[in-house]
Amino acid sequence: MLGRLTWSAIPFNEPLPLVSAIVVVLVILAVLGFITVKGWWPYLWNEWITSVDHKRIGVMYMTLGLVMLLRGFADAIMMRTQQAIAIGDAQGYLPPDHYNQIFSAHGTIMIFFVAMPLVIGLMNFVVPLQLGVRDVAFPTLNSVSFWLTCTGALLVNMSLVIGNFARTSWWNYPPLSELAFSPDVGVDYYLWSLQISGIGTLLTGVNFVTTILKLRAPGMTYFRMPVFCWTSLAVNMMIVAVFPILTATFVMLLLDRYLGMHFFTNDGGGNPMMYVNLFWAWGHPEVYILILPAFGIFSEVVATFSGKGLFSYRSMVLATLGICVLSLMVWLHHFFTMGAGANVNAIFGIMSSIIAVPTGVKVFNWLFTMYRGRVVFTTPILFTVGFMVTFVIGGLTGVLLAVPPVDFVLHNSAFLVAHFHNVIIGGVLFGVLAGYNYWFPKVFGFTLDERLGKASFWCWLVGFYLAFTPLYVLGLMGMTRRLQHIADPSWRPLLLVAELGAVVILVGILCQIAQLYVSIRTRDQRRDLTGDPWNGRTLEWSTASPPPPYNFAALPKIETIDAFWQMKHAGQVPAEPPREAIEMPRNSPIGIVTAFFATITGFALIWHIWWMVLVGLIAAAIAVLAFGWIDDREREISPAEIAQFERARSGQRRST
Amino acid sequence: MQLGPRRRNPGLIRMGILCTALLVASCQQTGILDPRGPIASAERLLMVNSTAIMLVVVVPVIVATLGFAWWYRSSNPRASRSWDQSYEGRLEFVLWSIPVLIVILLGGVIWIGSHELDPRTPISGKGDPVKIDVVALDWKWLFIYPDQGVAAVNEMVIPAGKPIRLQITSATVMNSFFVPQLGGQVYAMGGMTTQLNLLSDQPGDYAGFSANFSGDGFSDMRFVARAVPPGDFDAWVARARGTGPALDDASYAALAKPSKAVPPSTYRTVAPDMFQHIIERTLSGADEPGSSHQHGG
Repeated sequence: MLGRLTWSAIPFNEPLPLVSAIVVVLVILAVLGFITVKGWWPYLWNEWITSVDHKRIGVMYMTLGLVMLLRGFADAIMMRTQQAIAIGDAQGYLPPDHYNQIFSAHGTIMIFFVAMPLVIGLMNFVVPLQLGVRDVAFPTLNSVSFWLTCTGALLVNMSLVIGNFARTSWWNYPPLSELAFSPDVGVDYYLWSLQISGIGTLLTGVNFVTTILKLRAPGMTYFRMPVFCWTSLAVNMMIVAVFPILTATFVMLLLDRYLGMHFFTNDGGGNPMMYVNLFWAWGHPEVYILILPAFGIFSEVVATFSGKGLFSYRSMVLATLGICVLSLMVWLHHFFTMGAGANVNAIFGIMSSIIAVPTGVKVFNWLFTMYRGRVVFTTPILFTVGFMVTFVIGGLTGVLLAVPPVDFVLHNSAFLVAHFHNVIIGGVLFGVLAGYNYWFPKVFGFTLDERLGKASFWCWLVGFYLAFTPLYVLGLMGMTRRLQHIADPSWRPLLLVAELGAVVILVGILCQIAQLYVSIRTRDQRRDLTGDPWNGRTLEWSTASPPPPYNFAALPKIETIDAFWQMKHAGQVPAEPPREAIEMPRNSPIGIVTAFFATITGFALIWHIWWMVLVGLIAAAIAVLAFGWIDDREREISPAEIAQFERARSGQRRST
Repeated sequence: MQLGPRRRNPGLIRMGILCTALLVASCQQTGILDPRGPIASAERLLMVNSTAIMLVVVVPVIVATLGFAWWYRSSNPRASRSWDQSYEGRLEFVLWSIPVLIVILLGGVIWIGSHELDPRTPISGKGDPVKIDVVALDWKWLFIYPDQGVAAVNEMVIPAGKPIRLQITSATVMNSFFVPQLGGQVYAMGGMTTQLNLLSDQPGDYAGFSANFSGDGFSDMRFVARAVPPGDFDAWVARARGTGPALDDASYAALAKPSKAVPPSTYRTVAPDMFQHIIERTLSGADEPGSSHQHGG
């Protein structure tokens, strides 16, 4: 009846997972109870959960990413603590069984449910506003994408309470991930959660490529698009190109596990290295899917806070597209050590180092944007300068790893761990945090507290160096990654410094939470009534903060790059609100309904509960079909409503 | 909103440099920074050279980033400003050229380095190599000496000064064979054979381990690469021939069962073509957990 699911799936005899599971469940119940007591459900349902507004969906993506960041960070600090104490004969407090789950979950969550939602969230909020349009191409599909991502995140976290997560690292390489070596549900949790959220990501890719190619304000030619839109276009084209590879690869592994096939097994003619190739054919572009939006954010931030147009816009666009293409041709550098010939390794090594050219040009362009500018030291620019310094170091160690013989000694070492955290924290995360501080007033209509924002920046920066410089050194000393305990006692001091770094980062995260709390409490003093708190250059700053549901009463006419800057300097007044109604898509519960049934299906597949798989699939299919029969999908916003909103806004502006 | 520069910024950087120096100083004499053979030395040299080439650009960029951000801060009355100098053709050309030149130089280094340090290339001019067949198991290493007819677990004894030819496979999940002080690693993969050529200049005990996560016993999947004077190597072979069990089908099947932190031991004889036989067993799935031949977990 319940497949493989029995009471033994609940970790009653392991105190640590049991306690953390109980705490998580209690926190969730408390939040749900609080919402119920306050009577917020109708508001949440009508305004957020069923919303198809790209701005709301963007905020929900960001929320998901930030909450999952806490989960992923909890894993990180547990690992650092384990490695700091399990030295010599000591075994620490996490047995291999548990430790291996934690580092697997840390990687999986940080890549798929932190970094991806954060960059997709910012793209969701910003891209339509920057393009000067009212929504994405397929607003309802956008909601489906988001809720499917939530399904994935939910399934991963469910493994904390019911059963266990994969112990196979976030790569999930076979044959370790095959049934013979990983017979329990851990790998199935990994595979199904990523399959389901992967569908969401692919749909996002389709949605944004269509939006950017087909929906732009009148006059917004490609070469007048803000750089963030360019990087979003590149990223979403890459998503469309490579996420199907990941899906197909996981399908093959699922066939191995569920139907006894032999795609990647040692026996039966399987080839595990095929998985490794396919995984990185997706995995390397994925790295750029994460970093390119961050590059876009830094480009916006550095131009705005230098009071100057971005230096060499066309180089920036060219470099973005160059990275987009090159990133598809370098996957083999993740396994130079498989023993391919010198020619193969050399070609992939050279291709990898060529990516440093467009990346280097980007760094120079940010540099020369500040040159002779007027640099205002706000939190976003601090993250940008911190990024530029940190990222070139990460770039250096990255190119070093692209030299095959050097990779032979550094592959899979703590040095590699330090390298990719250097570019993911110093690049992606700093970018997202810069974007979070930069666009927050646009999203909610009030600015974030600068003092706590800067405190969080310094903690992140110092914490990063404290946590990862020791790992660089330990890698050179011969420490490999994923060690549950450490044999060499002479590594202890450096591991303790790394632990201290993790604590400093924790303080940074606490500063961020405090920043949000303080800013909300004092929001009346920090209202942004102009819609343009930073003297911005791009179209999102031309509308109100927060923008009305329809974004722009009249679509702007674009004549140059940095369109809003030019409008301000030309003294152009915003176009008159239209006399006819604006049609906006109606809210729809199809996203959460589909995701609900996808969750049931995924859970049933993981536990081999076949009747429930059938129920979930049929219900999801019926939901999608039923949505197809709804004709009335748009609502009208009447000219009177628009005029009222616009009058209210100009009234506010006059009073300041 | 206009805030001045932070005085602690340069201080922090100085502290960072100091910390880095301390960290680097604390890590001498171990790992890949302390090579004990020509391969490891060449790999370290390549690493140092590549780093030096890149530092030529990286250091000025870091200095310029901090310098520009500080000098062009909005509160600096002495900085000259320009509003829209967002495009300059000649400068743009220079900015593309710098990384291109570095990468051309580095590309040459990569091409030559990859060919000279291909792990499959035999080490020339040092006499006949000693052959060792390496098998990664759950979670220990088996070293078969086909010419000597002996085998060892979790200890690889080699004659110093003589080239070593390793053939590497895995009878289980993927692992990576790595002795940092002797040279780079190569994967051990089920049903496949990789090759690695190493040489130790001087006698000594060097740490070896698996560098690719392989499951619960991974952290203890360590071995010692013991380089001894050639005479001592012959004595070790003689000793190994005199003691321990024989490595045949039955004892191999027992060894292949998962076990952790296995102490070193030797086998006095090895069945002919054992290495090939192990590869075939792996390809047939005979030793996988849960197969009919074995019950282990």
